[in-house]
Amino acid sequence: MFNILVFCEQRDGKIKRVALEALGAALSLTSDGDQVTAVLIGENIASQKETLVSGGADKIILVEALTLNTYSSEAYGRIVSDIAKKENASLILMSATAMGKDLGPKVSARLEGPFAGDCIKLTLDDEGKMTATRPIYGGKATSTVLSHQASFQVATLRPNVFSVHDQAATQDPQVENYSEIPDLSNLKAIIKEVVSTAGSKIELTEANIIVSGGRGVKGPEHFDIIEALAEALGGAVGASRAAVDAGWKPHSYQVGLTGKTVSPSLYIACGISGAIQHQAGMSSSKYIVAINKDPNAPIFKIANYGIVADLFEIVPLLTEAVKKMKNE
Amino acid sequence: MNIAACIKQVPATESKIRPSTDGKDIDRTGLSYVVNPYDEFGVEEGLKIKEQLGDGSVTAISIGGEKVAEALRTCLAVGSDQAIHIQDDAIEGSDGHAIARILAAALKKSDYDIIFFGRQAIDDDSGAIGIHVADLMGLPHVAGINKLEIIPDEKRAVANRQIEGATEVIEISLPAIFTCQKGLNEPRYASLPGIMKAKQKPMTVLSLSDLEISADSVDSSKAKTTVIKIESPPARSAGIIIEGSPSEAVAELIRLLREEAKVL
Repeated sequence: MFNILVFCEQRDGKIKRVALEALGAALSLTSDGDQVTAVLIGENIASQKETLVSGGADKIILVEALTLNTYSSEAYGRIVSDIAKKENASLILMSATAMGKDLGPKVSARLEGPFAGDCIKLTLDDEGKMTATRPIYGGKATSTVLSHQASFQVATLRPNVFSVHDQAATQDPQVENYSEIPDLSNLKAIIKEVVSTAGSKIELTEANIIVSGGRGVKGPEHFDIIEALAEALGGAVGASRAAVDAGWKPHSYQVGLTGKTVSPSLYIACGISGAIQHQAGMSSSKYIVAINKDPNAPIFKIANYGIVADLFEIVPLLTEAVKKMKNE
Repeated sequence: MNIAACIKQVPATESKIRPSTDGKDIDRTGLSYVVNPYDEFGVEEGLKIKEQLGDGSVTAISIGGEKVAEALRTCLAVGSDQAIHIQDDAIEGSDGHAIARILAAALKKSDYDIIFFGRQAIDDDSGAIGIHVADLMGLPHVAGINKLEIIPDEKRAVANRQIEGATEVIEISLPAIFTCQKGLNEPRYASLPGIMKAKQKPMTVLSLSDLEISADSVDSSKAKTTVIKIESPPARSAGIIIEGSPSEAVAELIRLLREEAKVL
């Protein structure tokens, strides 16, 4: 009997889709008798119970406190590891978001358990030991690791890889209000402010469609055509390292080895040659479209569909065609 | 300010990565090595703080075989004051918890006010060590900073960290650990005089026994995980080049995305 604990990330009281992916992953690892326990931390979160139930949780632990409204590594780390001990968790899952990439190692340090970050594949053997596959070298290779301990294993999951479970719950889950909230008055690191960054609302790593611009965009003033296509498609905007290093877009847009690794369903590379560092960050996309003037650009070697032409001609036409399609 | 920057030597970003013949590591023939780019931001930030405050010291620390001395020498050449090289055959195959324990033991030998790590090493991409070390040392941390302001008189700092669609502004007391994200600064290059001077700067080599850590408590037999397979990602092959006039090509692309790929 395994108990899989899933830390479900919320923002402004709303469960993130990636948290449901983690729940879905947990559910796919269980068989009869096993349990998926969702942990939700924040303020005014009780209304989110239904989402967790349809996401596959057998049990829900709500940790509600005003002071937990913003993330704290120390506070969240303590609470999640305390719950893991109490629940005797075999495995603790969460999404590899900015929060999960911090919380996962923190919880793992406290529990001294096996850790695997940014997993793209996960299985449990009969004893409950995980085998996890994760990209390394920025996606140039994958590493499969075997855990030697069946308790307190921590894995963070790459967004957009695991499927969400969306069937009506067959039974009412058990809901527990966690009351053993530790004294949080002496935290040494406190979030003073959360400043929204301007620009695309959809986070690159969580986006289903990404339109990226590179050196071929020729300047920050021309990125609007990339943004228009992304908007028409309901996707996010990315950039190559060349475009970021030139100062056309902030680093948060960068896809590639020293930027973000993304796995959308559709990645449209505009004016990007496709250096090995860029490919490392996007080659796990389901479909890749390349638009580039240079027929010898390496990006065409990995693209499903390529158009050898000036992006300034193609991208606006594509935006119009997408808009027209969506209006039909 | 007494500042430490923990660094790792990794294959250069442009390296072609192939699995080794036994499939348990990568093929390391012909690879050239560099200081992990994210760790360079930590070294640079340390140097900047020292320059701004007009006093202090930057110590570069790394773990690994003989070759790692080159990476530490690079840190000295850009301006670090000294280096600590932890070298011990028993460390081969150790997991992240063990590496963190070793680093924490080395860091405890001096009272550092600020300890930098990269947000992750670009080889194993784990991003866990800095956070593990913070937990072991009982220090607060901020992971993935892209801006840092030190308020030395009050022994505190304000750090910015990027999250999805927003920036968190975090106030933190010192001593503290920061893991560095791109955008924090532009690392400087070593100057020729810097390279010459680096040869005179102290590089201390420490073994596990110098750190009072028994080899069998951190060796591969204690690892909580073992790598069982390294593979190349599924190869992508070139698809089709859509011919025709711009409007024909766009129409065909839309058709393929809808009917073949079914992503629109």
